[in-house]
Amino acid sequence: MIDPRLVLLVSAALFAVGVAGVLTRRGAITILMCVELMLNAGNLAFITFARLFDGPEAQIYVFFVMTLAAAEAAAGLAIVIALFRLRGTTDVDEINLLKW
Amino acid sequence: MLTLIWLIPILPLAGVAINGLLGRRLPKAAVGLIGCGVILASLLLSVGAVVELAKLPADARHFETSLGTWMPLGELAPGGAGVTIDWGFALDPLSAVMILVVTGVGFLIHVYSVGYMEHEEGFARFFVYINLFMSMMLTLVLGSNLLVTFVGWEGVGLCSYLLIGFFYDRPFDERTGLSCADAGRKAFLVNRIGDFAFVIGMLYLITTFGTLEYRGVAEAIEAGAGGHALLVAVGILLFIGACGKSAQIPLYVWLPDAMAGPTPVSALIHAATMVTAGVYMVTRMSTLYVHAPEAMAVIGLVGAATAIFAATMGITATDIKKVLAYSTVSQLGYMFAAAGVGAWTAAIFHLMTHAFFKALLFLGAGSVIHGQHGEQDITRMGELRVKLPVTFATFVTGALAIAGIFPLAGFFSKDEILWGAFSSGHRVIWLMLALAAGLTAFYMFRLTFLVFYGRYRGDYHAFEHAHESPKSMTVPLMVLAALSVIGGWIGVPAALTRGADVNLFHHWLAPAVASGAHEAAEGAAHGAGTELSLMALALAVALVGIGAAWVIYRRRRGLADSIAAAFRPVYILWRNLYWVDELYEAAVIRPFYAVSRFSAGFDKWVIDGLVNLSAILTDIVGQLLKLFQTGYVRNYALLFLMGVVVVLLFLATV
Repeated sequence: MIDPRLVLLVSAALFAVGVAGVLTRRGAITILMCVELMLNAGNLAFITFARLFDGPEAQIYVFFVMTLAAAEAAAGLAIVIALFRLRGTTDVDEINLLKW
Repeated sequence: MLTLIWLIPILPLAGVAINGLLGRRLPKAAVGLIGCGVILASLLLSVGAVVELAKLPADARHFETSLGTWMPLGELAPGGAGVTIDWGFALDPLSAVMILVVTGVGFLIHVYSVGYMEHEEGFARFFVYINLFMSMMLTLVLGSNLLVTFVGWEGVGLCSYLLIGFFYDRPFDERTGLSCADAGRKAFLVNRIGDFAFVIGMLYLITTFGTLEYRGVAEAIEAGAGGHALLVAVGILLFIGACGKSAQIPLYVWLPDAMAGPTPVSALIHAATMVTAGVYMVTRMSTLYVHAPEAMAVIGLVGAATAIFAATMGITATDIKKVLAYSTVSQLGYMFAAAGVGAWTAAIFHLMTHAFFKALLFLGAGSVIHGQHGEQDITRMGELRVKLPVTFATFVTGALAIAGIFPLAGFFSKDEILWGAFSSGHRVIWLMLALAAGLTAFYMFRLTFLVFYGRYRGDYHAFEHAHESPKSMTVPLMVLAALSVIGGWIGVPAALTRGADVNLFHHWLAPAVASGAHEAAEGAAHGAGTELSLMALALAVALVGIGAAWVIYRRRRGLADSIAAAFRPVYILWRNLYWVDELYEAAVIRPFYAVSRFSAGFDKWVIDGLVNLSAILTDIVGQLLKLFQTGYVRNYALLFLMGVVVVLLFLATV
């Protein structure tokens, strides 16, 4: 079996990539993809722990996360399309109405 | 019918309801008919009840009924008996006299008002107010305890306010710049001062005796409950309340300004009934006062001083209604002086005869004003006996009655008061009252001569168009004139009948009032001769007053002016009403305004300032915090991330 620390390290790296993407990218779709990255980094960590502690609970969580990710992608993409129709762009810096 | 006495004050309320709700749509005739009808019903019921009361033996003439408990107060003192206050009504000889006077004179004035108010705006409104007044006044006199009386007391005060300000959009007094609405407010506010003392007096009574029932309080006092100091204090507090309502020094200032109301109102409320409520209440509490001679001394002196003080102001007044207003204040002083020397029956007797002749005089004045389309200045009248013969004849009757000319009503009642003061040893009060009697005769006949005799001094056209009033006004005048003549005959003193005891009024009222130490009836002991010579003296004083008025205002034209010039300081003092209004303005109203302004400033800057400060602080914090809300999702995500990192670090360290 692979050393779980290595797998967790990959998971953490994936998560960091996702966070960096969310914080730095402007395109709404890229940001959604980065969110997917973070979710899957979480999934990877869950699976690792499932193997490590030999129990089903973590695997169940993974299924939850996957469902959630699918729903999130559907809703997120719908919002992005609606936004694009409204403003003609998917650049999140252009969409800054929610402020003082 | 005795069990129905609670209906007497309720019936006028029916008129209030009908005219108040439908009055605008009903024709004037219907409004007048309803307004007078309900009072007539009350009058008939009152007569029925009093007749039934009179059939009982003298000692049993006290009937009480209750409409139920008003306030169950529980125990006022730990372990004390439970205290309740009822909606109680009582009919005894004293309240019998009062309800007959109130409904009788009230009915005549209602009839008169139909004619007098015919051309005025707010005809229905007038009848609503005045019917409400009747209801409250009857509550006041029929209440079996002080609190029910107080309900009526405040109710009549409210109606007085509403009716003084009836012509709320008209100016009233040029000297003080008062409008009619201001005059109403003044009356209301001055009365508050008296009512304040009244309430404190009631609180003392209920905490001491555990009841406010007149009977219960009287019985407790007779049994010796309550300390002497307490009785004196309560007596004086209640008297201050009476001072407000009955316009005695120092709270009389509102009554002359109350003349801003329509004349029937002045006759009914500010002459015949409401202002006598104080005298009624003091007489009602006679048992208390007999046990508090110091309070009685105060009442006697204040009354006598008011009698003479107001009379002097009546001499120089030039408004026909103001002369009568000062006369009313003066006559009320008479009644209080009578109460103060213990001549309770004389006080109520004078209250009754005064209601007749002063209502008559006011209604006569109203007829004069009505006949000349609103002129009230007597220096612009004259010769009106030609144009207003009925008004003239009845007015002179009233003037003779108030002057105390034998055998009119005023003679008997005034004489009984003078005799009461003299025989009880209050020589100073007697002297003041005798002097006031002379002044009364003088200013009443000054008024009569200036209005009805001599040449007309106003606009010639106004005189041409002057007309006698309609029947609905002259008939009440005639009835009141008749009452002013014969009203005194029910109280003829024994001295005039060679000892035959025919003083019906005295015997009727005796069971209802405390037997004062110095009742006028004990005059027999002092000798009828003294009483007869005092009577002759009083009559002479009145005749001198009339004679002086005749000389000054009829015989020697211009004499009035030269007298005024000769006694210029006195004249100026009286013309300016002793500057009492100005004194109150400087001593009470201005300091009060200063305090009010200070309080308003404190409220605005300190209290409101604290509230505003907290709002400003919240705003500043919000202004700072809103800078975090940039609208960029990235910023939010970053903050979120930082928050997560902080939480994780915290969890890791714990």
